[in-house]
Amino acid sequence: MYGFEALTFNIHGGYLEAIVRGHRASLLTAADYNNLCQCETLDDIKMHLSATEYGPYLQNEPSPLHTTTIVEKCTLKLVDEYKNMLCQATEPLSTFLEYITYGHMIDNVVLIVTGTLHERDVQELLEKCHPLGMFDSIATLAVAQNMRELYRLVLVDTPLAPYFSECITSEDLDDMNIEIMRNTLYKAYLEDFYRFCQKLGGATAEIMSDLLAFEADRRAVNITINSIGTELTRDDRRKLYSNFGLLYPYGHEELAICEDIDQVRGAMEKYPPYQSIFAKLSYGEGQMLDKAFYEEEVKRLCLAFEQQFHYAVFFAYMRLREQEIRNLMWISECVAQNQKSRVHDSVVFIF
Amino acid sequence: MEEFIDNLPPMDLMRSEKMSYVQLIIPAESAHRAISYLGELGLLQFHDLNVEKSPFQRTFVNQVKRCGEMSRKLRFFKDQITKAGIVSLEHPFMQPDVELEELEIQLAEHEHELIELNTNTERLQKTYNELLEFRMVLDKAGRFLFSEKNHHTIGEDRELEESVNSNHEFIDTASLLEKELRSGFSEQSGVRFISGIVCKSKVVRFERMLFRATRGNMLFNQAPADEEIVDPVTFEKDAKIVFMVFFSGEQAKTKILKICEAFCANCYPVPEDLTKQHQVTREVLSRLSDLEATLDAGIRHRNKALSSIDYNLTKWVTLVRREKAVYDTLNMLNFDVTKKCLVGEGWCPIFATTKIQEALQRATYDSNSLVGVIFHVMDSVESPPTYFRTNHFTNAFQEIVDAYGVARYQESNPAVYTVITFPFLFAVMFGDWGHGICLLIGSLILIARESKLSKKKLGSFMEMLFGGRYVLLLMSIFSIYCGLIYNEFFSVPFHIFGGSAYRCRDATCSNADTVGLVKYRDPYPFGVDPSWRGSRSELPFLNSIKMKMSILLGVAQMNLGMFLSYFNARFFGSSLDIRYQFIPQMIFLNSLFGYLSLLIIIKWCTGSQADLYHVMIYMFLSPTDNIGENELFWGQRPLQIILLLFALVAVPWMLFPKPFILKKLHTERFQGSTYGMLGTSEIDLEVEPDSARAQHHEDFNFSEVFVHQMIHSIEFVLGAVSNTASYLRLWALSLAHSELSTVFYEKVLLLAWSYDNFIIRLVGLAVFSFATAFILLMMETLSAFLHALRLHWVEFQGKFYHGDGQKFKPFSFASLTDDED
Repeated sequence: MYGFEALTFNIHGGYLEAIVRGHRASLLTAADYNNLCQCETLDDIKMHLSATEYGPYLQNEPSPLHTTTIVEKCTLKLVDEYKNMLCQATEPLSTFLEYITYGHMIDNVVLIVTGTLHERDVQELLEKCHPLGMFDSIATLAVAQNMRELYRLVLVDTPLAPYFSECITSEDLDDMNIEIMRNTLYKAYLEDFYRFCQKLGGATAEIMSDLLAFEADRRAVNITINSIGTELTRDDRRKLYSNFGLLYPYGHEELAICEDIDQVRGAMEKYPPYQSIFAKLSYGEGQMLDKAFYEEEVKRLCLAFEQQFHYAVFFAYMRLREQEIRNLMWISECVAQNQKSRVHDSVVFIF
Repeated sequence: MEEFIDNLPPMDLMRSEKMSYVQLIIPAESAHRAISYLGELGLLQFHDLNVEKSPFQRTFVNQVKRCGEMSRKLRFFKDQITKAGIVSLEHPFMQPDVELEELEIQLAEHEHELIELNTNTERLQKTYNELLEFRMVLDKAGRFLFSEKNHHTIGEDRELEESVNSNHEFIDTASLLEKELRSGFSEQSGVRFISGIVCKSKVVRFERMLFRATRGNMLFNQAPADEEIVDPVTFEKDAKIVFMVFFSGEQAKTKILKICEAFCANCYPVPEDLTKQHQVTREVLSRLSDLEATLDAGIRHRNKALSSIDYNLTKWVTLVRREKAVYDTLNMLNFDVTKKCLVGEGWCPIFATTKIQEALQRATYDSNSLVGVIFHVMDSVESPPTYFRTNHFTNAFQEIVDAYGVARYQESNPAVYTVITFPFLFAVMFGDWGHGICLLIGSLILIARESKLSKKKLGSFMEMLFGGRYVLLLMSIFSIYCGLIYNEFFSVPFHIFGGSAYRCRDATCSNADTVGLVKYRDPYPFGVDPSWRGSRSELPFLNSIKMKMSILLGVAQMNLGMFLSYFNARFFGSSLDIRYQFIPQMIFLNSLFGYLSLLIIIKWCTGSQADLYHVMIYMFLSPTDNIGENELFWGQRPLQIILLLFALVAVPWMLFPKPFILKKLHTERFQGSTYGMLGTSEIDLEVEPDSARAQHHEDFNFSEVFVHQMIHSIEFVLGAVSNTASYLRLWALSLAHSELSTVFYEKVLLLAWSYDNFIIRLVGLAVFSFATAFILLMMETLSAFLHALRLHWVEFQGKFYHGDGQKFKPFSFASLTDDED
């Protein structure tokens, strides 16, 4: 019931909302990033992070640090926080929290399947998986030869099973197939998440539909740009777009027929919220698009914290932390490879 | 009078220590030693001169990093020691006698050795585990095979012991398989098997996955392994399950092997032939015993290395922690222009300056430095930190005050009075000498075991109790005292101080509760007469006495608070505050509630029947009316009118003059012509440093000052009523306490005792003692404690205490406890 959440929200959600807002307060600030960007070695980064909430996670690492260690430990912190919140959560918040991880699950499935296709070691692949998207039988993915087996053997037990209904074929797996599978799964996931949020109603539905619509639109643009010049037909491309969002349905029609990035820009500039993103880019430049989208997303995620009594803060917090970890990874890489001039290329300040 | 006050000898706790801001110029070669000597002394609080620099831009960042690395190694050792289960003995605390560089090398060696040992043991353990698993697989799987064979040779004679471990599926499908089995387990029939071992937690999913992958064309047998396998890395024990899968076909085999790999299931080949099987088992067993010996030797070696580390661990940890603290402090220092000296600034109490200088001289001498450390006092803009020298006894009381707010520099310290008033007010609410004795015993136990407990790490609750042990002691002594006055021992009155002053009117009154008693001799000498107990007028009598007592205590304490504000004003030389705040406040409070207290005392002395409510209420409503029968003394009516007028005058007196005078002073000060008058002006600011004075007066905002004063005045006027009423909680809690203990005594213990049944009496006694222990001794103590706390924080300290200072945090090795762990 919209407008009356304040009356009952705190019975189940109050504690966790307070927790997540507390976690949000520990996100690194612009001052932190400025200090981090001045670091000379990875040890300096560790030293700076030891003053933040990452401290306990990094303090037992022996001195020659690697970027992967830093990222791994930072992710571990996020995962610990997530698991803690999931333990405390009751329905429907626990389902909502689980929905947040499905995206990682899809990525992990794709990672393992592509990895086995290229004959990589399974254990090695497992280490690369995002810990939030782990499920019990993930290692058995390597057994599957085609989509049908993939579904029947492993994924039928996972929450991803219903999303598979559209992409079960008996074809053998190849790179193209897998990429299409990823996007089909993602489409189904986003639509399902969207429906779930609508069902929750209230401020959660309002804010989440906004955030998810942005996510869907961003994916649509990315699919379009990535599929330019491949053998993907227009209809197939059209099928990969999620059936909601600001671009649905007319924008999708236009995106489906785009042949180069300038046409994409033309299609997108008709939508005022995206106009500003594309206005920042000079013509013919696709490199900075990711960063522009990330910046816009971070802005929207931060705004989610402005309203109280809704679940979108959990989604926003997880996303912001992930962005922070991406930032840390980029900074550490730049520091490790002595490319400090490029530090600012990909860092998205959160506050 | 004033001279007398000025000439009082200074007391440690009355006001915080005088501080001075000092500057140290230390030659670089003796800096480290000087700082560590200062850390041992622990009387200098360094001021961070490099605030704008991030931690990794500071001078001694490398040393700090090295210390961090070393403490990481030490944590690693500690972790290893606890994992290996070595009981660390209490080593006597030794002063670290090694140098940091030496230690660094030592630690690196130890770590290297330990890691090497660990990898060796890990490798051995892994092989050992594999062999152990193989043995178990051989054992169990052999039984599977054997039972199957047995099954079809012996026929109906099923050996239950053998098949007990196999699952139902096996029994159900056994007959189906018989046909195939009859032809023997051979390659010709196409049935093959894989045997191995898998974690217990994964076995259900494993079986399901196998079933799916082979589309049900398989047979899964399982049996729990006899022993738990120790994980070589985490040292945790895992329960495992031996399994055996029968299947047919080559494709199924690759699939099953892949699944095994995915589930971390180790597969071991089991020979079908019985003799071969025995042979392999023997081989495995002999290798196992070999390995066991090697492994044991390795572990012994490792444990020896660990215990030698353990011997020095505490010493090293202390050393590294100290070194890190020293370098952190050095990082707060600045290099001077020549880069040869370090410049440090900080606060120290004045009494400590000689000690600090001695320490610095010692450092210069010990490090053979040619140049001594320069130590001189400076002016500071900031107000100094507050430092009280406390001991075991006063510390807890100071903590109670500090929890509200740390005193402003040199402000009069309420903790001095809290030492007595706090336990006393507590006891007024908790007056029962039986309960008091219980508390006393508890606190005495804590104090007797002080030396033992202070070394241990206690839980948060025990920590709190232990920290407040002396508060508890005083509280219990006072509650015994108050309990004697109330004459309650677990709510039962005793004739301790002679007989009661009352007796029955005649011999016929059997029940003294109902019929009136007559007084036949002198009053009961101490406290409440035991005869009041249980009489009809018990409650009205006790309520009246406790209420009046609460008011008297409250007015006394609030007056004390206001006198302290006078002493504060005198100390800071602000006669403005005395004239326009202290005096009208005193007049206001005492003309109303001081008068009430006077009436109470007169009523007690004369035994008058006057109704004090009536007197107080009509003093405001119609002060000119005749008091009538409620008159307590001659001239009461004119006195009341005068007091009321005083109170009315006091309100504008405390509200208006002060802000206007402040404004006048402000304008005069900046006119320059009256500059000479400054020294003799109302506010003597000589105690404040120059720059602070300038800052203070640049932003004088009249409306702000006025509103501030208005809020204060209104708060005081309303507070005079509400605070006095607030002291009635003393009565309310004391009533609640005595009623609760009466209920438990009469309705539980006496009721149970009235039955002549042993069990009922026992239950009654148990309920009574639990209620006494948990409700009365714990809950009531807590609530009385909290109410006493409130009375001190709000009603008492609100009258004078600013509490906006910062605490003195000296750089001291003693305060570097295990906070990092």
